[in-house]
Amino acid sequence: MNERIVVDPITRIEGHLRIEAETGSDGSITGAYSSGTMVRGIELILKGRDPREAWAFAQRICGVCTLVHGIASVRAVENALDYKIPPNAQLIRNLMIAAQYVHDHVMHFYHLHALDWVDVVSALKADPAATSQLAQSISSWPKSSPGYFADTQKKLKNFVESGQLGIFANGFWGNPGFKLPPEANLMAVAHYLEALAWQREVVKLHTIFGGKNPHPNFLVGGAPSPISVDSTASSGVSATAVNMTGLGQVKTVIDSMKTFVEQVYLPDTLAIASFYKDWFARGEGVGNFLTFGDFPEKGMDDPSSWLIPSGAILGRDLNTIHPVDLNDPEQIQEFVSHSWYDYSAGKDRGLHPYEGETNLDYTGPKPPYEQLDVEQSYSWLKSPRWKGNVMEVGPLARVLMLYAKGHEPTKELAGMALSKLDLPLEAMFSTMGRTAARTLESKIIVDQMSTWYDNLIANIRGGDLAVHNEDKWEPSSWPKEARGVGFMEAPRGALAHWVVIKDGKIDNYQAVVPSTWNAGPRDAQGQPGPYEAALMDRHTLYDPKQPLEIQRTIHSFDPCIACAVHVVDPDGEELMKIQVR
Amino acid sequence: MSEQETIGELLVKRGISRRALLKYAGYLASVMALPPTSSTAMAQALANARRQSVIWLSFQECTGCTESLTRSFSPTIEDMIFDLISLDYHETLQAVSGYAAEEARMQAMKENKGKYVVVVDGSVSTKDGGVYSANAGKTNLETLQETAKDALALISVGTCAAFGGIPHAKPNPTGAVPVSDIITDKPIINIPGCPPIAEAIAGTVAYLVTFGKIPELDHLGRPKAFFGDTIHDRCYRRPFYDKGLFAKSFDDEGARNGWCLYEVGCKGPVTYNACATLKWNGGVSFPIQSGHGCLGCSEPDFWDRGGFYKPLSSWTGGNAAIIGGAAAAGAVVGAASALLARRRKASASGEKGS
Repeated sequence: MNERIVVDPITRIEGHLRIEAETGSDGSITGAYSSGTMVRGIELILKGRDPREAWAFAQRICGVCTLVHGIASVRAVENALDYKIPPNAQLIRNLMIAAQYVHDHVMHFYHLHALDWVDVVSALKADPAATSQLAQSISSWPKSSPGYFADTQKKLKNFVESGQLGIFANGFWGNPGFKLPPEANLMAVAHYLEALAWQREVVKLHTIFGGKNPHPNFLVGGAPSPISVDSTASSGVSATAVNMTGLGQVKTVIDSMKTFVEQVYLPDTLAIASFYKDWFARGEGVGNFLTFGDFPEKGMDDPSSWLIPSGAILGRDLNTIHPVDLNDPEQIQEFVSHSWYDYSAGKDRGLHPYEGETNLDYTGPKPPYEQLDVEQSYSWLKSPRWKGNVMEVGPLARVLMLYAKGHEPTKELAGMALSKLDLPLEAMFSTMGRTAARTLESKIIVDQMSTWYDNLIANIRGGDLAVHNEDKWEPSSWPKEARGVGFMEAPRGALAHWVVIKDGKIDNYQAVVPSTWNAGPRDAQGQPGPYEAALMDRHTLYDPKQPLEIQRTIHSFDPCIACAVHVVDPDGEELMKIQVR
Repeated sequence: MSEQETIGELLVKRGISRRALLKYAGYLASVMALPPTSSTAMAQALANARRQSVIWLSFQECTGCTESLTRSFSPTIEDMIFDLISLDYHETLQAVSGYAAEEARMQAMKENKGKYVVVVDGSVSTKDGGVYSANAGKTNLETLQETAKDALALISVGTCAAFGGIPHAKPNPTGAVPVSDIITDKPIINIPGCPPIAEAIAGTVAYLVTFGKIPELDHLGRPKAFFGDTIHDRCYRRPFYDKGLFAKSFDDEGARNGWCLYEVGCKGPVTYNACATLKWNGGVSFPIQSGHGCLGCSEPDFWDRGGFYKPLSSWTGGNAAIIGGAAAAGAVVGAASALLARRRKASASGEKGS
């Protein structure tokens, strides 16, 4: 007999996500449904505003992957206005995006994902000396003495004995799905705490260039952070944050990121993964992968200079990379067959974002409700498709794309990881493969940061201080009408914003974001989205009351649901009437 | 369940002495601008209290406020959740999902009836019965009412929960409102900002926990310790404003020299927040120091006040000032704005009768 399992809220994610799953008598998942349950309507709020301010609004789509929507937004406006940015601004943006990746991925691993694999209570049984041996056998990270782990364990013990378990209350501790020995659990708990302290330090890179984090500042036409390197400036020594002291701090942050990724994050990922090799054999999404590309050396106009290339992979075939065109109405389409929206030409149509409509149409059960009607609409997310295909975006897509394109550092790193785990490349198409890919790309990206930093310093030494191009700042210099697309690779995957500018104001704004690709519901053909497909790939719940297995695979995608659901037009207006230029 | 311990016992177990406790309390006292003698009282309170139960509800939000909290340098998030509070429900941080998560919230409400603190980030959708934001099958509206009922006090963290924020910006598609529109019979502390400064969140929670009372608030419900002065009044670039030295564009000589950003739209003169004093992320910088004007994000309806890049004189839709106008003209207009801000501040403090 089939049983319906409801997991709502899915915690340790950004936003509001609900999973409903049908299980057979043996506990295996036979059907899975992903539902986003919150909307705000930011694109509608953007209409009629100054395009130069759009980044600030769009950035508030998400405060976890803070900055990604700001970047996509300024790029969209710059694309629409053919607005060039100075090389220093490009380097600063690269550094800020890269810092976001490393920060975001480490926090995801330790604070959002780890508790799916790490049994906190089991850490109490660990031998601190053996934990120290384990830690020293996998890394040269200095915080690894027996005394250090004994202190961590004591702190944990006192906490547990207080009887107030706080965020660890009701945990699935002791579930046989947890496979780590007590020592590995203790090491992971110590690193959970260390990563909290580490992340506070490394966000300072954003603070120097953007003034604050979360939600650092951006600027259409460049970067908003003038460089003050002349210590004899009439204003005195401090001037702006981007002075010699600030640039020195940026270097310190880059070094700290690199060290933490190499000595903590990467070895921990491999150590933990080695106890969960069965999770390299389940949780494949759809086998199709999509990237838009990012990290330009010479600007977004020159794809050959991007670190991450753009392309599509279908059916695991790494030998054929299909080109992707964001302006082609046949390539990118959004469906609403199972979403709480309606289309004027019929709910079964797929529409390119340029022509998209967002007519809000909540047909779900009246809250409070127990269960959604998944035969009908069941989510605030739409279902984006590339040439009709369900596509997975994110770290796994990027690592596969780099691998397929023959990027040597990626091939070397992936080869090292797979050989340590004694697994074939195919193992990457899985829950743990996705988690491992996130770690690998952190290493690939952090390794590039020094180069961008050195280039920035070289420019400054050479007398080039420019961070902003003033040419097209004034709306009076703009054409009467303009439209453009801004894209990037956000930590969670391919992201694009489309903007239409009329008479100096935003006439239309649309974003298609990573978690919509991954977390969207079924489309008109009934094809499940990547979350849904992954949950239906060899998952058996040990205890339906402890949906640990569902948490693992959903978290492997690093959901960001506030991002995924951001469009709404409750008055039934047609938002998108954009022509491809 | 084992006998629950006081924070004092816990701290002693961790090897933290009364001296260290006093030091921490002293820090708190200084950041909250309290008389030095209060730190002894605070240390006493800290030593006696059981960890305060905190239930954190996330509604129409972006998680930026929670992210900001994790950046606090004092107290740190680790110290808070291990030593200061019992974070009994927090979707972004708690271990378990689904039923077990909701169960933890119910349990905390039952065990700490009348004593728990509710923190909210995000606005509350009210249109069409609130169907635009639901959690565990319930609307946020219902969850808020249910959870606030037996709370000691509420803290609205971030401009969305405090004033409606971005979902509330025109045309407010989902009928988003601040917490104070829904809950009217409980004390509410507002800590606005998009997001708020980490130490403003952590410091306010620590104050509430240690003293068991609401800190002194301004007329918008904001703790005066963090929102008592305008950014402009405490800005390190203020001397340039007084001398009439302004950046005219984002990368000109004035910008590189760190001159006043008034003419490129800075909202510092009308924004009450601690950015210029506490600064961000361990005191590294704040928006103005990094070259971008203040957006005014701790003020109600800052999204709808007419332009982040327009100088203040034209901010609220009045006479449009010409960007790049004479420095002297800018200074005069600025002086008027600053005066307005001070008057407003005076009236705010007047309300509490001081």
